[in-house]
Amino acid sequence: MIQFEDVHKAYQVAGRAVPALQPTSLTIHAGEVFGIVGHSGAGKSTLVRLINLLERPTGGRIIINGEDVTGFDADDLRAFRRKVGMIFQHFNLLSSKTVEDNIAFPMKLAGVYSRAEIRSRVDELLARVGLTDHAHKYPAQLSGGQKQRVGIARALACRPSILLCDEATSALDPQTTQSVLRLLAEINRELGLTIVLITHEMDVVRRVCDRVAVMDAGKVVEMGAVTDVFLHPQHPTTRDFVFESENIDREERQQDLAHAEGRILRLTFRGESTYKPLLGQVARDSGVDFSILSGRIDHIKETPYGQLTLSLVGGDLARAMQALDAADVHVEVLR
Amino acid sequence: MDALLTNVDWTEIGWASWDTLVMVGLSLLFSVLLGLPIGVMLFLTSKRQLLEQPVVYAVLSFVVNVLRSVPFIILLIVMIPVTVMLIGTSLGVAGAIPPLVAGGAPFFARLVETSLREVDRGIIEATQAMGANVRQIIFGALLPEALPGLIAGITVTAITLVSYAAMSGVIGGGGLGDLAIRFGYQRFQTDVMIITVALLVIFVQILQMVGDRLVLYFSRR
Repeated sequence: MIQFEDVHKAYQVAGRAVPALQPTSLTIHAGEVFGIVGHSGAGKSTLVRLINLLERPTGGRIIINGEDVTGFDADDLRAFRRKVGMIFQHFNLLSSKTVEDNIAFPMKLAGVYSRAEIRSRVDELLARVGLTDHAHKYPAQLSGGQKQRVGIARALACRPSILLCDEATSALDPQTTQSVLRLLAEINRELGLTIVLITHEMDVVRRVCDRVAVMDAGKVVEMGAVTDVFLHPQHPTTRDFVFESENIDREERQQDLAHAEGRILRLTFRGESTYKPLLGQVARDSGVDFSILSGRIDHIKETPYGQLTLSLVGGDLARAMQALDAADVHVEVLR
Repeated sequence: MDALLTNVDWTEIGWASWDTLVMVGLSLLFSVLLGLPIGVMLFLTSKRQLLEQPVVYAVLSFVVNVLRSVPFIILLIVMIPVTVMLIGTSLGVAGAIPPLVAGGAPFFARLVETSLREVDRGIIEATQAMGANVRQIIFGALLPEALPGLIAGITVTAITLVSYAAMSGVIGGGGLGDLAIRFGYQRFQTDVMIITVALLVIFVQILQMVGDRLVLYFSRR
């Protein structure tokens, strides 16, 4: 478990303190995938680097698994860092070492593993990330996705309890991003590892995260379960991110709605109700006619969801609304 | 051929070449042994680096700059008392080595500093995040990652030392430079001058070629 208590960070630039992170309190539970989303410069990089103290907080307490890590001396800090893996946007692999030597590197640094232990752990990790055939290659000979897999294997070498991902998929193409995210989800599921992931893509959050914090100008402006934040964003920054990830142009959307007749509703289905033939039933029972203005059916992590914007004309509108409500569908009246 | 090179004594040339090799080899060895730690310290104590120490950096940097800004010919003369103290003589092959190192080490130290700067900061950060201490970061990540740059630096230093070693002939340093000055210049034996210069050119060519090969071999990017 990672707890931030009033943690803040300011950088000294030309003698002036420039705040990078406003006082922030948050809790990341053990075993969850926690996303931090924000534009560049929002403070998410600082926040994630505070967890393994690559950045020192200006104030506040950082408590990890019950210990205040800000009080650690140099030796304790190094021992603690071995239990926190980290992967990076640009992979940061050592170009002078082969794939297997890169993966073995943190174990060698730790100085507590025997040669045989390192050997078998490296083989095991190579198999886990699917790079057994590339063990003797140098990073320059690998594709971006393969490099990130080496990064992940290296981060897992000392069996950490926390994995920090700093824009881990931002330099990858969409397909490779998917496969790396699948690997992260698998690791989280099978090893029970806590993953803290920072990204500027809401889509990454939607695919793998359990909870998310949205950052803007050094502050966490919204935080909660991904399903809630994603389907019912409150803060303008969050809305921007959600719309962006769905390729929705807000103005275009307003114009579309202006042409539609009748009442406009937005329905949000979650879980099993997503697949029920609800709309047809409601239309028959209440006599309303509806047309779909926009919509999306997809998954948030493993939860299916649907979000439809409808215009309804004629029939018994109140009855239709009631029926939708009763079916556990979240109804928002847009007009 | 021999008619053109009447003054050339090939045994003499052979010994002089050997002397040059020894001077360059030994002074290169000491320049690297001294310059490498100084370069690493310059890098580590500079701004926004692991051991940021503005005062240490300023002092080191000043000393390096002073040694580098003194023309080598002056350094040769200034170093004479130091050389006598260290070795007992300021003449011959042995006497040339201290001034050569005084010129070569700060030169190489700067090259080390710049090649360490070329190492991606992200790699240092990643190594830190793995729980490495400063020693492990230097030997495990920084130096291996900078190796091609360091080899290129050694090559450039070696070539500079070839020309410095030739210059040391002026104060009786021995080697091809000494030969060129005593015979080629002072006795107007142009043929000796041409041969020594040609040998120096060949020597530099070989050094550069070997250096480039090694850089290529160790570049994994």
